Amino acid sequence: MKRLIAGAAMALAGLTGAAMAEEYPERPLMMMVSYGAGGATDFQARIVTMTAGNEDALGMPIAIINKPGAGGRVGWNWFATQADPDGYTLAAYNVPHFIAQSIKGGVEYSADSFEPIANWGADPAVFVVGADSEFNSMEDVVAFAKENPGKLTVSGAGLFVGHHIAALQIDKAAGTKMAYIPTKGGGAAAMKAVIAGEVMGGINNLSDAFRAQEAGNVKILGVADLERNAFLPDVPTMMEQGLDVDNSSVNFRGVMVPKGTPPEVIEKLAATVPEMFANSRVAKKMEAGGSPMHIMTRDEVIEMWAQRQQTLNELLAGL
Amino acid sequence: MEFIYYFGEVFTPLSFMLLLGGTIGGLILGATPGLSPTMAVALLIPFTFQLEAAQGLILLGAAYTSTVAGGAVSAILLKIPGAPANIATTLDGHTMAKQGQGARALQLSFLASAVGGIFGVLLLIFLTPVLAQWALAFGPSHLFWLAILGVTVIGTLDSASVVKGLLSGCIGLWLATIGFDDIMGAQRFIFHPALGGGINIIAALIGLFAIPQVLTMFAKGRHNTGAEVIEVQRHSIMAAFKELFSRTRALSIGTLTGSIIGLIPGVGGQIAGLVAYDQTKKFSAEKDKFGTGHSEGVIAAESANNAMVGPSLVPLLTLSIPGSPTAAVLLGGLLIHGIFPGSDLFDNHPDVAWTFINSMLIGQVLMCIFGLYVAGLAARVAQVPQSVMAAIVLALSVFGAYSVQGSMGDVYVMACLGIGMFFLERFGFSAAPLVLGLILGPIAEANFIQGGMIADATVGKASYFMTGGLNLFLIAVVLASIAYSVWMELRSRRYTTKEEAQA
Repeated sequence: MKRLIAGAAMALAGLTGAAMAEEYPERPLMMMVSYGAGGATDFQARIVTMTAGNEDALGMPIAIINKPGAGGRVGWNWFATQADPDGYTLAAYNVPHFIAQSIKGGVEYSADSFEPIANWGADPAVFVVGADSEFNSMEDVVAFAKENPGKLTVSGAGLFVGHHIAALQIDKAAGTKMAYIPTKGGGAAAMKAVIAGEVMGGINNLSDAFRAQEAGNVKILGVADLERNAFLPDVPTMMEQGLDVDNSSVNFRGVMVPKGTPPEVIEKLAATVPEMFANSRVAKKMEAGGSPMHIMTRDEVIEMWAQRQQTLNELLAGL
Repeated sequence: MEFIYYFGEVFTPLSFMLLLGGTIGGLILGATPGLSPTMAVALLIPFTFQLEAAQGLILLGAAYTSTVAGGAVSAILLKIPGAPANIATTLDGHTMAKQGQGARALQLSFLASAVGGIFGVLLLIFLTPVLAQWALAFGPSHLFWLAILGVTVIGTLDSASVVKGLLSGCIGLWLATIGFDDIMGAQRFIFHPALGGGINIIAALIGLFAIPQVLTMFAKGRHNTGAEVIEVQRHSIMAAFKELFSRTRALSIGTLTGSIIGLIPGVGGQIAGLVAYDQTKKFSAEKDKFGTGHSEGVIAAESANNAMVGPSLVPLLTLSIPGSPTAAVLLGGLLIHGIFPGSDLFDNHPDVAWTFINSMLIGQVLMCIFGLYVAGLAARVAQVPQSVMAAIVLALSVFGAYSVQGSMGDVYVMACLGIGMFFLERFGFSAAPLVLGLILGPIAEANFIQGGMIADATVGKASYFMTGGLNLFLIAVVLASIAYSVWMELRSRRYTTKEEAQA
């Protein structure tokens, strides 16, 4: 008798599980963005989720809510500790930011607290100097930094974000020591410091630097990525200029869910979300905004997270 | 004069409908506690996905101008400043409303907003290239001195005694250190996860201004309801016009301060109103009346915070750098249509650029007309019995604090600060200096650290912060401001001791 009941219960559980995956999602979803409204992550999150309500995507809209503060820590802390793992609460991730923060400590999450779903964008860090700067290549920059240790001021959006990691990697590759100046107010404030000549150079997002170069305010000297970028076909990568800098500082943006979300929900999301990102309307809007897209599936993201964890552990160990 | 060619665009049926909708919607959103202009514009961005670029920006531009002005409504009637820009408006505006002069205060605030706002947009139209250079001139050392200049204002702002003003300013400075430090990544005073992101400024504003008055209303109890039903005086719009233009000093100080400060990236919008209020008070012949429902206070604060709207967009439109959170949201609105601010905008999309700027100009006028229309009706809020009013303000405060980031943590922060402020007020402290400390602390600190790091790598701290024309000028103004406060304090002390001696 006991066995019968257990069997029935198991069958029932199996049934509801299957039914849940089939019906999911039956109400609108929510996606938490841990940066303020209007920032690059928020802006892109709104574009890539705008077709979620289509029949060929999730069939339900995704609403964006912002929980900004402390460089993203507030939002991700909330997501790791308080978000319901029911499949209706998603979040945007920024790699390497959250991984670097978890290595430096003081937060309640690590890469193990989350389950990636898919990646939508990759915004590499680039090295920019003012339009009238005497530097014309990374070689000039490194030569100056070698002659004047600690004197080359370089702005970036904060500590332990992609910009900072790119600066650390350049230092490591060239054997230099630049004075990295973290700014409050994100990439925009760091870019302003470069344009106004407060600092000699800066590390910034490719998308923002591309705009500033179009406006004639800055020169872009190098891209911290494995390949040249479609937006900037003439700008060489760091590697081409003899600096051993890989894509660890590239700002990857994508969607994740909290650990403990039912596997069938994760499966369904992992299958649908990349398709949703690939929608041509999304691609058009993203390109118009100067935001580089890079769609990756769940398996690719899991691998990428693991790689980052390892590189960042090594890079940040000495700090 | 290029902008005149594009006025036609604003008056096509669809564009004008959007302009009207944006203005009215913006006024309502702006008057809702907790919905700052930045949030309101961000909420409207998805609607612009379906529109042409120029039309989308008309909607956003109109909403931006009118939310800033709409914030005055809750500041005056409920003493809930919707955004930092409206703090100074509460000081005299709410007192006027309590005296039954809510209609007059609202009319003056909308008229002053329109005058300031139109001046600011005209600056944007005619002087953009010059102003762009000015916006870039402020580096970390200058912003640091500017924040210190703001700190010197703390002692004299809305406080019976300089010492108490300074003390509450210090509390504000301490509160500002809570949370993760953005530059060094250090954690300070985080005893509860809700404090991880620091004290949210809008939640703090609501708590500090609205909660103490709610508690005061409850503390009075039921027995004297009805005894003090306020007679709401009608006030003609013509009289408001006349009054506004007889207060030219307040109007011009407000407008100029707002335009100049609004231009500085990262600082402007938050303190424009308070600095203009303080300057007007210092230059006014009737200093003692400030804080007791004096119209100059409302005029200065509101003309300043709307004058800031136009210039605050200069760094965005010319250099593609968003200088304020709202500008960052507008940048998103431009990018979504594939338009890059900067030379690209004015060279290749002049129709979009000028239509947007024109819409802000017309938006100011429309905002003023609608504002004046509702002023008389809205002022009747003061007739609501106190016990009911207390409940309404409390509900709006909780709603407002929650809606900032959809987080209960902000509600707790609001409640704690509000209860604390209730007791502080009993001892003669006031909220305005505290808030100023809360706003200026991070600006001063971040720029000092950042400037210090640059200085260490280059010329050394002393010469980085102490040399250069702009630094010296700002230091001189700081010293003058301190000297003036000391002189005023000494003078008033001499008078009071004399009077006491005679009595």
